Amino acid sequence: MRPVLLWTDGLIWLLVAGLIAFVWLVRRHEHLRVPWRKLASDPVAVAAAVVLLFFTAIAVSDSIHFRLALPAGAGGGTHYSPEVRSVLDVLSGPLAKQQEKSYSAPFACRLFTRETVTLADGRQVRIYPRLRYGGAHLDDPERQRTGDIMVRVGYGLVGGALAWLALWLGLRPWFGRAASGPTIRNTLLVLCLFSGFLVALGPYYHVLGTDKVGQDVLYATLKSVRTGVLIGALTTLVTLPLSIGLGVSAGYFGGRVDDAVQYLYTTLNAIPGVLLIAAAVLIMQTQLESHPGWFETGTERADLRLLFLCLILGMTSWTGLARLLRGETLKVRELDYVMAARAFGVSDIRILLRHILPNVQHIVLISVAMDFSGLVLAEAVLSYVGVGVDPTMPSFGNMINGARLELAREPAVWWQLASAFAFMFALVLAANLFADSVQDAMDPRSRRRA
Amino acid sequence: MIAYLIRRLLYALPILIGVNVLTFALFFLVNTPDDMARLHLGVKRVTADAVAKWKTERGYDKPLFVNAGATGLGKVTETIFFDKSLAMFAFRFGASDDGRDIAHEIKTRMWPSLAIALPTFVIGLMVDISVALILIFFRRSYVEWSGVVLLVALMSVSGLFYIIGGQFLFAKVWQLAPISGYQPGFNASRFVWLPILIGVVGGVGAGARWYRTLFLEEAGKDYVRTARAKGLSEAAVLFRHILKNGMVPILTGAVAVFPLLFMGSLILESFFGIPGLGSYTIDAIGSQDFAIVRAIVFLGAALYIVGLILTDISYTLVDPRVRLS
Repeated sequence: MRPVLLWTDGLIWLLVAGLIAFVWLVRRHEHLRVPWRKLASDPVAVAAAVVLLFFTAIAVSDSIHFRLALPAGAGGGTHYSPEVRSVLDVLSGPLAKQQEKSYSAPFACRLFTRETVTLADGRQVRIYPRLRYGGAHLDDPERQRTGDIMVRVGYGLVGGALAWLALWLGLRPWFGRAASGPTIRNTLLVLCLFSGFLVALGPYYHVLGTDKVGQDVLYATLKSVRTGVLIGALTTLVTLPLSIGLGVSAGYFGGRVDDAVQYLYTTLNAIPGVLLIAAAVLIMQTQLESHPGWFETGTERADLRLLFLCLILGMTSWTGLARLLRGETLKVRELDYVMAARAFGVSDIRILLRHILPNVQHIVLISVAMDFSGLVLAEAVLSYVGVGVDPTMPSFGNMINGARLELAREPAVWWQLASAFAFMFALVLAANLFADSVQDAMDPRSRRRA
Repeated sequence: MIAYLIRRLLYALPILIGVNVLTFALFFLVNTPDDMARLHLGVKRVTADAVAKWKTERGYDKPLFVNAGATGLGKVTETIFFDKSLAMFAFRFGASDDGRDIAHEIKTRMWPSLAIALPTFVIGLMVDISVALILIFFRRSYVEWSGVVLLVALMSVSGLFYIIGGQFLFAKVWQLAPISGYQPGFNASRFVWLPILIGVVGGVGAGARWYRTLFLEEAGKDYVRTARAKGLSEAAVLFRHILKNGMVPILTGAVAVFPLLFMGSLILESFFGIPGLGSYTIDAIGSQDFAIVRAIVFLGAALYIVGLILTDISYTLVDPRVRLS
């Protein structure tokens, strides 16, 4: 086994480390803790945060990659499989490997399309053949299936409840007496029951059906979570230095710097967003095509493309936050204590870091939270336009794109769209609700209103 | 007023030049005409002759900035920068890869785009404002709370699902509208009502929520309390005071995006097969026709700047405190 560190893996771990450092910083300063404490007393925010953490856990477990060693060949020395796998692939166990021939509906035991099969006596009939894995343990699927599913759902729910009990007993010392305790407990219960249901049924049925090439849709959806979360999170990582650096310095220094930054963001804003992204992605595509030496495997190529996409999205989306920060810095700059610091001869850098930045950080936090959901949605649209992530990469956009024409079939193939819809909706809704609460807790204007 | 407008127009010029230089850099410096030719002819096994021929046919064989081979003014004008980039200021967009005149295409495709974008915008604005007003009217009640939750939920659904779902239900299952296509003239209404409906429903989540915050801010101001204190009914306060003042940011915001309606909607048009500018752009991106993408980028930037200037003017019209100077 050889670990593979993809570019985006490294960055996502960097982001996780940064998040932990931020939490540590906030815990040490009472004035920083106040808005977070307010956030923690809002049940909607807490529930949304737990769901977001659940999605993040999926994304992070899908961000530890490795290549398995192939059985030693005649030439000696170890060779590694060209297939890059992740921890999530291992955790999801048989899901990845249980590949059928083509479409099959959720919980189906037979294929969605008819096939010509030669019977033992030489006759040829057109029937719906049995699936290779879905419900393969049943002798007579038509009669046994409902009962079997019921029993397994029961196992799954009991298992989920037990897992929840263990989890909550472990977490109770920390959260048991907090105001948010009941919310965390209940949200975890829902998530555990849901996971238990999937774990119990996943190995025996295709819970969400299979796609055109017979791959399990649940597996594809789980893999898509990483892409969505990554686009939302990494783009922020690119945006923040640009918008904080340019926005704050434009507001603080004024004059020429201000003119230059304003000109820059007006010009970038003038270009329709999708077109600027499309133009940049088209160019990135030709560059990738002419430099095959930049990547070793197909996964690495797709990963590089995802990284560039985040860079491009970041380059085009920093303007909004920069404008807000510039406006706020203009106000903060005139406050008495900043004047006093300047009169004492404190250097510009120190004033920016110690006086300006802490006073505009709430704007940054609100904007990060707000932008996340927008970016997850943008990925789907960009993939439809053909300038999104690599077509081989599992993502919500690619799933929708591949499945949208299948609704025209008779009967319609709806499960791919439905599962992409459900998971995306859960992720974006949680992000939106969380962002709303963050805004309520951090924005001084809304605090006054309350 | 006139002097101010001229100053604004002069201020807009550097922005347009900036957009122009940026697109030029993206399309010709980062990505050379050779790259483009190879992309179109297939990456592997392309002869230098084929590349040269492709470039000559499209006028990409000239030097980028300075043509040393030409004489007099030709040193500057016989270049790609002059031909492909500066010519856009005169709205000369050249020909697309299939040889058609881009400016002509834009002129004919503008109307189907408008037939969808304009009604979507106007109806959407009215629906969003009405929903926001209803929520404000039922302030601090379960109606408002559930309304806001519904708006956030609507907002969390990808626009693609509105289109796919709407098309599936209305056009395929209930067969109330053609699945796709377009006809000019009066027949157009048969084709455009579904995209318009989908556009309005898809936008109501974000739109109504945003207007609600604007109205809420207005509702917290002192003059509203005064109006209530002097005994005005809640409806009168809402319509005569809050709505009137809240409309200022809404209308000026609407004016800003108004010119961009000409560009149409990328996704809606391509799903419904409307021959507008949006689907034109999508097709150009799909077939990697850089000439069209460049022209549309320039057009979009120009319209954006028109929107900025219109916003400034509209401020003076609706808010007497603002004077242009």
